[in-house]
Amino acid sequence: MSFLEYAPAPESRAILSLRDHYGLFIDGEFVDGRGTPFQTISPATEERIAEIANANEADVADAVAAARRAYDRTWSRMSGRDRGKYLFRIARLVQERARELAVAESLDNGKPIKESRDVDVPLVAAWFFYYAGWADKLDHAGLGANPRALGVAAQVIPWNFPLLMLAWKIAPALAAGNTVVLKPAETTPLSALIFAEILQQAELPPGVVNIITGAGDTGAALVSHEGVDKVAFTGSTAVGRAIAKQVAGTDKKVTLELGGKAANIVFDDAPIDQAIEGIVNGIFFNQGHVCCAGSRLLVQENIHDEVVERLKLRLSTLRLGDPLDKNTDIGAINSREQLERIRELSDVGVAEGAERWSAPCEIPENGFWYAPTIFTNVQTSSRIAREEIFGPVLSVLTFRTPGEAIAKANNTPYGLSAGIWTDKGSRILAVADQLRAGVVWANTFNRFDPSSPFGGYKESGYGREGGRHGLAAYLSPAPIGQAATRPSLAGPATTKPIESADAAPKRARRAATTKGSKR
Amino acid sequence: MSGTSLVTARERALAVLGGEPDDATLRRYLHGIAGVDAVGLEQRAAALGTRSIKTTSKRWALDRIISLIDLTTLEGADTPGKVRSLVAKAVNPDPADATTPRVAAVCVYGDMVPYAVDALGGAHGDPDDGLISVAAVATAFPSGRSSLEIKLADTAEAVEAGADEIDMVIDRGAFLAGRYGQVFDQIAAVKEACRRPDGTSASLKVILETGELVTYDNVRRASWLSILAGGDFIKTSTGKVQPAATLPVTLLMLEVVRDWHLMTGQRIGVKPAGGIRASKDAIKYLVTVAETAGEEWLQPHLFRFGASSLLNDVLLQRQKMTTGHYSGPDYVTID
Repeated sequence: MSFLEYAPAPESRAILSLRDHYGLFIDGEFVDGRGTPFQTISPATEERIAEIANANEADVADAVAAARRAYDRTWSRMSGRDRGKYLFRIARLVQERARELAVAESLDNGKPIKESRDVDVPLVAAWFFYYAGWADKLDHAGLGANPRALGVAAQVIPWNFPLLMLAWKIAPALAAGNTVVLKPAETTPLSALIFAEILQQAELPPGVVNIITGAGDTGAALVSHEGVDKVAFTGSTAVGRAIAKQVAGTDKKVTLELGGKAANIVFDDAPIDQAIEGIVNGIFFNQGHVCCAGSRLLVQENIHDEVVERLKLRLSTLRLGDPLDKNTDIGAINSREQLERIRELSDVGVAEGAERWSAPCEIPENGFWYAPTIFTNVQTSSRIAREEIFGPVLSVLTFRTPGEAIAKANNTPYGLSAGIWTDKGSRILAVADQLRAGVVWANTFNRFDPSSPFGGYKESGYGREGGRHGLAAYLSPAPIGQAATRPSLAGPATTKPIESADAAPKRARRAATTKGSKR
Repeated sequence: MSGTSLVTARERALAVLGGEPDDATLRRYLHGIAGVDAVGLEQRAAALGTRSIKTTSKRWALDRIISLIDLTTLEGADTPGKVRSLVAKAVNPDPADATTPRVAAVCVYGDMVPYAVDALGGAHGDPDDGLISVAAVATAFPSGRSSLEIKLADTAEAVEAGADEIDMVIDRGAFLAGRYGQVFDQIAAVKEACRRPDGTSASLKVILETGELVTYDNVRRASWLSILAGGDFIKTSTGKVQPAATLPVTLLMLEVVRDWHLMTGQRIGVKPAGGIRASKDAIKYLVTVAETAGEEWLQPHLFRFGASSLLNDVLLQRQKMTTGHYSGPDYVTID
């Protein structure tokens, strides 16, 4: 036998107790949607997982109204310390139910369990812990004393990191004192709905977070709803552009985290084995469904052949298959639609004269799969070097001097992230200084931390998420003259016990108890 | 088993280095090798450590670990009796289960070699034939602080007494002082001393003592240096210095032998030694070998564990897989 054909080591699905049908989570309870429900499937097998409610405009209006009520009556009056308590509670519950969330995420999204288990879910908990700590310290967020929450935040998130993007959006919004209506992506609503159960368990006052499911029109209705004070979107540049147009002329604040075509620059003095790992992690992590993926490899011409040869060797050891198997490195492509797009752009690459090489993997019969692929002989004018593929496809380009590397790295309409690989510290600083990208990783790639701001230049969007900067997206400075005189709502002066803030928590508790009997 | 012949090793070193292996040439070569990023290396090792090896794969791995062990006793208190006990354990690791494979070798101090050879009797030979080799530590093990003459005499005596493999230590002081030529010459001379009158040669394992080299850049350079000078195996540690073998260090050394193989076609062995006590950890090493150098490295001439207590833990795991029950330390033998 071959040792490398590791025996199957599947994570058990028994930990999940899924419902057959999920409603919309509005005002602390699951209610039926008025649109036509849709099915969510596992992209690895195309098997049906559950039926999901579809929110129409009336449902959107209900959700926004619930969020407004919760903002006016409960959340905006609560002290920062008490908001922090809820966030800490949510963080701990995410940790307690980590395995369940990881299995749900891999099942619905297709990402390998080792990533949802070791990256996504731990980061989700970290994000809530981090912003829980900020809730009573908003005076230090950089906007002066007594900054104000914005009100109701409409948040629309993508399918590549369903739960993590939810955490990136909800945690700072709640810490800053906003209430939320969030719409997860159509293909990956499952973990957000389990998260809604966690909110019930945490006894979060009803309406503070509302989760509505549906497709693009639901998102459009939410974003354009006049009761919304703030729009936060992560997704494609095309949709981001439409949102920017839609909210232009209103007083809604907007943050957009959009596409990317990041350059991963490898100099000839790079720590080569770690650079190879970093290239792999940069583009094949999460099947390349990463907006900050290092999809353009810029390698110094004198080590091009060696790097490509080593890369091919390394890619040959990647294991593609069942996302729930603990040894899987590459999972399924999230949807048929996305798979088609990856295929189409890859074919364009071949037609443009680039050389395609795909890792030798056995592709399962059902589901959506794409073998890790690298393109060499790619020119800066190639479409595969310009457009975001959002899949496990790497374009390899070369450069001769640091100046050329910087010019090529910046020569893109995007500017979300970049990577630099060199053993020379001074070069890292000099090059990073000139890269127009929101995040620059040095001798690593795709590392995230809640304390580090994340966001883009140019068509990669605006605003920052994470860190102190991420709070600014959900706060405004106190009106002039009030900063010094009015006591801070975030401070301990107005602390009330959580229970007395509103009668509403009682209902939440009831819901939690009902749920509790099931677990 | 026979090692690489000295002449070809020296010729190849000259060809690779492009000059005599003096301090300046070696420095140019070794410092020209790409550096190691410690954070990235440790992340990769940790990632390899998360592989989940179950059922049939685990069964295979446990047996393979046993057949890759250099069962070791390196105590000041070693006696002929202790060595005989060790050898008996090596030949028959689990008296309750005859399907248990034998270990690859026993590893002892030079003066214990005759007793080991004697105790092995007909079981003495090449692990590829299901037999057990005798490995001897030499060259003023573990510190290596002695004159070259004494190191060579130490080596020659062990080879003459029947040792199949010599585990030498490099002069870490010379290495850290930048006297690479001296380290090279000593390894080459010990390699020469491994030669038997009939023209065959004992296999040479070169111990880097990574715990004293400290940085990963040093470990990588020492690995290249040892291979260039003719070592058949590179070994992490004596077991007398902490930290001994770690997964990142072993991964790094495996990357070196992989690169050497790509460059020259020659396969060099790797031996992590010291501190590997649990089956679970040993399986992580097997994964690292298979996914770095390749599965063909999982054989006694290319990979070894230097260990003593590891064997019993593997036997307990093996019994558990066979019977479905965990037993306890009284159900495996002490050596």
